[in-house]
Amino acid sequence: MAWSERQVGDAVLAEARGRIDLSNADAFRDDLSAAMAKAKTAVVLDLSGVDYISSAGLRSLMIVFKAAKAEGKTLALAALQPLLTEIFTISRFNLVFPVFDTVRAAFGKVAPGAAPP
Amino acid sequence: MKAIFWGTRGSLPAPLSAKAVEAKIVNALVKGAHASLDTVEKARAFCTETLSFAEGRTYGGNTACVQIEIGGPDYLLCDLGTGVREFSLSALAKHGPGKPQTYHVLVSHVHWDHIMGFPFFVPAFIPGNRIKLYSCHPHLERAIRGQNREPCFPVEFETLSASIEFVTLEPAKRYDIAGASVTCFEQLHGNDSFGYRIEAGGKSVVYSTDAEHKPENAAEMERAAAFFANADLVIFDAMYSLAESISVKEDWGHSSNVLGVELCQTACAKQLCLFHHEPVNDDARIDAILAETIRFEEITRTGTALKVCAAYDGMVIAL
Repeated sequence: MAWSERQVGDAVLAEARGRIDLSNADAFRDDLSAAMAKAKTAVVLDLSGVDYISSAGLRSLMIVFKAAKAEGKTLALAALQPLLTEIFTISRFNLVFPVFDTVRAAFGKVAPGAAPP
Repeated sequence: MKAIFWGTRGSLPAPLSAKAVEAKIVNALVKGAHASLDTVEKARAFCTETLSFAEGRTYGGNTACVQIEIGGPDYLLCDLGTGVREFSLSALAKHGPGKPQTYHVLVSHVHWDHIMGFPFFVPAFIPGNRIKLYSCHPHLERAIRGQNREPCFPVEFETLSASIEFVTLEPAKRYDIAGASVTCFEQLHGNDSFGYRIEAGGKSVVYSTDAEHKPENAAEMERAAAFFANADLVIFDAMYSLAESISVKEDWGHSSNVLGVELCQTACAKQLCLFHHEPVNDDARIDAILAETIRFEEITRTGTALKVCAAYDGMVIAL
């Protein structure tokens, strides 16, 4: 899994790429937590480059999401590939997270003050 | 080897209501209005081939009880949920009350839904029958005796006419029970539960209900996959969605369809059977969960296809 991130106003735009499974779920959680710590309001996670996420990866998302919520921050997911959308639907994670079709749409909702990327 | 499902529901019995039956009949009548259903054969074919399972039948509402048939003279059961009443009526119809039988029962744990059928287990009332109750759970005898006692039930355990023995098993040891090789597996669940791997005639069934799996715990996932390894059938606690099981229902002791697929794929098991259905899920919901699980298996498959089914009361899987 590859990871990159950049500050966009008070938010952070993060991008994961590749496959997220048991072998890298902890590293994924740590990267996402670090990005959340840098964000004042929200992290928008661009998942357009992720072609698979296992239960372990989904759990990492859940951990960061809960911690962010406790701090009054938001984790928004954007641009899921069709297969990832299916996995989110089957696992019911689509009912837990704010999921957006595009990064721009995610920013428009969770960090409207930030300049759209 | 056959697995015969007498009870498949989790937590508590969930019978169909009159309203639910009416809705099924109304839907079937509307769908079959122009199908010329003028014989029993045509109507039955319409019910099983045209209607979905949820439209034409039901997953049932009895709690956990699965018979493993291995061809020997003795009976082998997993758990004593309310489904055991149907099983005992079937056994009595087959043999009659005058011909004593031996019943071996592997009990996963003593939560009520897994033992609540025992007071209505008719063979226990018949002299000459032999009943052996096995578990790694140290409280099995206390729980069963306590259930058959005033003020909860009018028939005291001590008055039951069959010979009833309690056998405490140890995890990871191999036992010969009813002609099958049986091993036990400790599972994460409130007050502990145990899974069973049953092998006979070159076939294997894993009965793993009331088990929570933590996807982040690689060691535990590997241990579970090793217990499921190459099984012909894994009967799996799929009570919750993955999101529920790792958020609002974390540590409630149950697992999900998604983890069932992942574990069975890792284990190279041949068939996954979704079991211990959430009682609030109606038939249509379980139909949808099954379809989603089949799809999840397709999109995550890396090797041989894993067959996926959802257990229902009365289902028989021949291996």
